[in-house]
Amino acid sequence: MSAAGSISKLHKARPLKRILILFLSLVIGILIWSAAASIFDLPAFILPGPGLVWERFLRSLESGQLLQHSLATLSEVLAGLFLGGSVATVLGYLIAKSPALENLISPYLVASQSIPIVAIAPLLVIWFGSGIFSKILICSLTVFFPVLINTVVGLREVPQDLRDLMRSLKASRFQTLTKLEIPAALPIFLGGLRVGATLSVIGAVVGELVGADRGLGFLINVGRGQYDTALVFVAVITLAVIAMSLYGLVLLIETQVLSWQSWRDEAK
Amino acid sequence: MTSSPEIALSVEGLEVIFSDASGVVHALSDLSFNLAANTFATLIGPSGSGKSTLLRVLAGLVPPTKGQFHFHNHHDQVGLVFQKPNLMPWRRVTENVSLPLELADLPRDEIDAQAHDLIKLVGLEGFESAYPRDLSGGMAQRVAIARSLMHDPDILLLDEPFGSLDALTREVMGDELLQIWQAKRKTVLMVTHSISEAIYLSDKVLVLSQRPGRIELELIIDLPRPRKPEMRYLPEFSSLAHQLRDSLRDTQAMS
Repeated sequence: MSAAGSISKLHKARPLKRILILFLSLVIGILIWSAAASIFDLPAFILPGPGLVWERFLRSLESGQLLQHSLATLSEVLAGLFLGGSVATVLGYLIAKSPALENLISPYLVASQSIPIVAIAPLLVIWFGSGIFSKILICSLTVFFPVLINTVVGLREVPQDLRDLMRSLKASRFQTLTKLEIPAALPIFLGGLRVGATLSVIGAVVGELVGADRGLGFLINVGRGQYDTALVFVAVITLAVIAMSLYGLVLLIETQVLSWQSWRDEAK
Repeated sequence: MTSSPEIALSVEGLEVIFSDASGVVHALSDLSFNLAANTFATLIGPSGSGKSTLLRVLAGLVPPTKGQFHFHNHHDQVGLVFQKPNLMPWRRVTENVSLPLELADLPRDEIDAQAHDLIKLVGLEGFESAYPRDLSGGMAQRVAIARSLMHDPDILLLDEPFGSLDALTREVMGDELLQIWQAKRKTVLMVTHSISEAIYLSDKVLVLSQRPGRIELELIIDLPRPRKPEMRYLPEFSSLAHQLRDSLRDTQAMS
């Protein structure tokens, strides 16, 4: 909460100042990294310096290798986000409407959450092969839970007085959904989607590490096998950029769609 | 101004029994009354006497266990105003006011014209595109009142609409409500905790007994209309207040 608060405060600062601070923190990070690599005199296959990684980045970009694997991972992530997100949203709506269904399903939900995705990823790869489909399933599973929970919570938090208002106005079930439940649940729902987006990236990499012929996780495996640690760095940094971009994208959608919420007030 | 003899609402032998986890609650028992069209009536009674329950039954939110009620007019729609403004925070003032007609699928220009008129009526011109978070409590409650009039219901049900406002705003809002009522000719049933508010606003005050609630007293308020703030100091006013207070004390003592 405090971390989120300080991030929001950072957003509150003037754009120019914000960019400057961001740039400064990047420069400091790279300097420390560079210093560590040279002071400890580590071989490149243990800790390659920033220069080496940059060079490797340019080479993998030139060969088209990086783009190809990034696109593979990104499509798994997005497909998983879409598939897991939509199933979770529909199921979340049904659970929020039916306590009986919740009692029926919740043991499985709790059980599924106590198993780390790393543990079932190999099973999914065995069952569905090392192609893109097993990765999409793994991504869907990681996205599923936060979206489901936030859908249920979002719908449950719809104020009873507003439900009563809709009933007194003889609103249909569909009208209640579109005019009350969706807009009221949207802030919490999008929060779940934001978490799901970053989890989906983790899911994709886990799947690719277990067994794949493409993707950034696959690239990490290749780099490790060939003692090409600079390539591992390139893949890891690309993954971080993808995850942060998705997070930022959902955040951007939130600020646009939820403009009625005072974002600046919340940061206080 | 006397009310016409035509009856707008009749309630006969209403009984409401809830059962929940904590047991059975006998909220209303054998409750009957009539309201003539265009009457301003208030409902007063001890806490937990079922005032809100009665309003919720009339609004169609709670089914009565026994008995019945009738709206004697062309449509059975009611306008409902809650204790809190109960606005949708993602809708601007105009959009909040428009809701009832949007649900009725009316053409956009008709909705806009009606919303515009009502926003003007409640004195919120210039705030059409404000979000609820930017409104004061009194302004928000005005939006709620405009919204309750949007689908032109014959009956307005208000559940302590000024309960969360400060004393001064409360009196101003009371006067405005009277003006709106006079302009729109509605039958109003309003829950309040304030004896002087009940007398000041009403043609008729209904005193509800301790739970299970029934009508303890129907007091006709024959003060002239339009009401003026000075009327609160008239001897008739204080004698009415005495009668109400005695009746409330009796019903509380009985329990």
